[in-house]
Amino acid sequence: MSTMRGYLRSDGRKGIRNTVAVAYLVECAHHVAVEIALPWREEGVHAIGFPGCYPNPYAERMMEQLCTHPNVGAVLLVSLGCESFNKYALERAVRASGRPVKTIIIQGTGGTRASIREGRAWVEEQRKLLDAEETVPMAVSELVVGTVCGGSDGTSGITGNPAAGRAFDQLIAEGAACIFEETGELIGCEHIMAARAITSELGIELEKSVAKAARYYATLGYGSFAAGNAEGGLSTIEEKSMGAYAKSGASPISGLIKPGDVPPHGGLYLLDVVPDGEVRFGFPNINDNAEIAELIACGAHCVLFVTGRGSVVGSAISPVVKICANPETYRRMSEDMDVDAGRILEGRAGLDEVGTEIRDLVVSLGQGGRTKSEELGHQEFILTYKSFEPLGPACLPA
Amino acid sequence: MTHDPRLILLDPRDNVLVARVRLKAGETIETGAGPATLDRDIALAHKVARRAIAAGEKILKYGAPIGVATEAIAPAAHVHVHNMRSDYTPTYHLEDERKAGASA
Repeated sequence: MSTMRGYLRSDGRKGIRNTVAVAYLVECAHHVAVEIALPWREEGVHAIGFPGCYPNPYAERMMEQLCTHPNVGAVLLVSLGCESFNKYALERAVRASGRPVKTIIIQGTGGTRASIREGRAWVEEQRKLLDAEETVPMAVSELVVGTVCGGSDGTSGITGNPAAGRAFDQLIAEGAACIFEETGELIGCEHIMAARAITSELGIELEKSVAKAARYYATLGYGSFAAGNAEGGLSTIEEKSMGAYAKSGASPISGLIKPGDVPPHGGLYLLDVVPDGEVRFGFPNINDNAEIAELIACGAHCVLFVTGRGSVVGSAISPVVKICANPETYRRMSEDMDVDAGRILEGRAGLDEVGTEIRDLVVSLGQGGRTKSEELGHQEFILTYKSFEPLGPACLPA
Repeated sequence: MTHDPRLILLDPRDNVLVARVRLKAGETIETGAGPATLDRDIALAHKVARRAIAAGEKILKYGAPIGVATEAIAPAAHVHVHNMRSDYTPTYHLEDERKAGASA
């Protein structure tokens, strides 16, 4: 019941998908990349990319981690030709990972049509090779699972988020690595969270990450809070935070990581998504998919997405499991939802029962199961500018 | 005295209750502080005061402070952005111009 099948990669990690990533390296190559991927949109070819023309170490690291993600089997890079993104380094990193890789430079190939033709021919060949690859057994302890909440309302913190937390507790007990995030939505919870750290030094780092987020958002003048959160009954960022915090479950916190850091072993990790230093590039994550992309760059095989108001998004690279916290929303939008956690509010299910359902659904994704957003063809992706300093020594205690 | 089963008390320290179902203006609810008539609709998962809350008092939910009352709040009154605020960043919200008073 718990044995999954995965694709073994050269670094020892295993993927639950075998996707071809078509990666544009500047917005100017976006259209060509999407057109290349289009014929296979239902069959495992996803477009991802970075729109900026100015160099950014964070974005280059994110792209490298995504292109060498265990769910990715082959990578086509699409460059306009004159952008600053270091396409040579990215191609080298993908090749070193043992994956087939090719770079198309639109200015050299002869424009839009010729690039799409050449790109599709390569993808077709790779798709055939990937479809013939054998899988190997994969254990729950080899999984990395992320969680995010979006379109939160007053039900999120009572049903969906604590149910996701129970699923995390079960997965961690089975040896998996689980990642929760958005330090800007943990404002007010920093002290109770720090008390769960496996060392006191890590506890201090967790508190510092939330203090950084509070400062960052205060400078911007808005909390991590959308108008719909208030309509759904959430009055303040502290209230939203208390609900969001419940996604982390009750396990001890093993480490603090930043976007692109893969958890070194099983356990619970906080992902610090707020940039270091002065406020430079605007809001830390401009929407939910920016957070999902960061969780995936940390190696997440799938992402648990808790929503109250009703989000419909999925993601490129890794499946998104949508957990609907609000029973009224579920009745309106059930086609988009994998889990009906609003049953808890109406007394039709308990937290443990829904937690187990979520854990089983995660495992089923490694046994041929697909999420609603995958079935609907969702493969949203966004990546913007950020800057980070390296992790401090207390962040990942041995 | 215990509260109405249509309301959830998340933590015994809380001074607010959460609506488990939609409640209508004019309905009588029991907060534990005595019966009271609702002066407005309360949408799913919105909060009502469990007892009288003074201006400047912390609002407690999940046993933790989630902001501060900006005016005196009567038992059973809707507790939301009109009578409380964050201790961190201001809350951004939009009024729905397509429907007056009704909540989604």
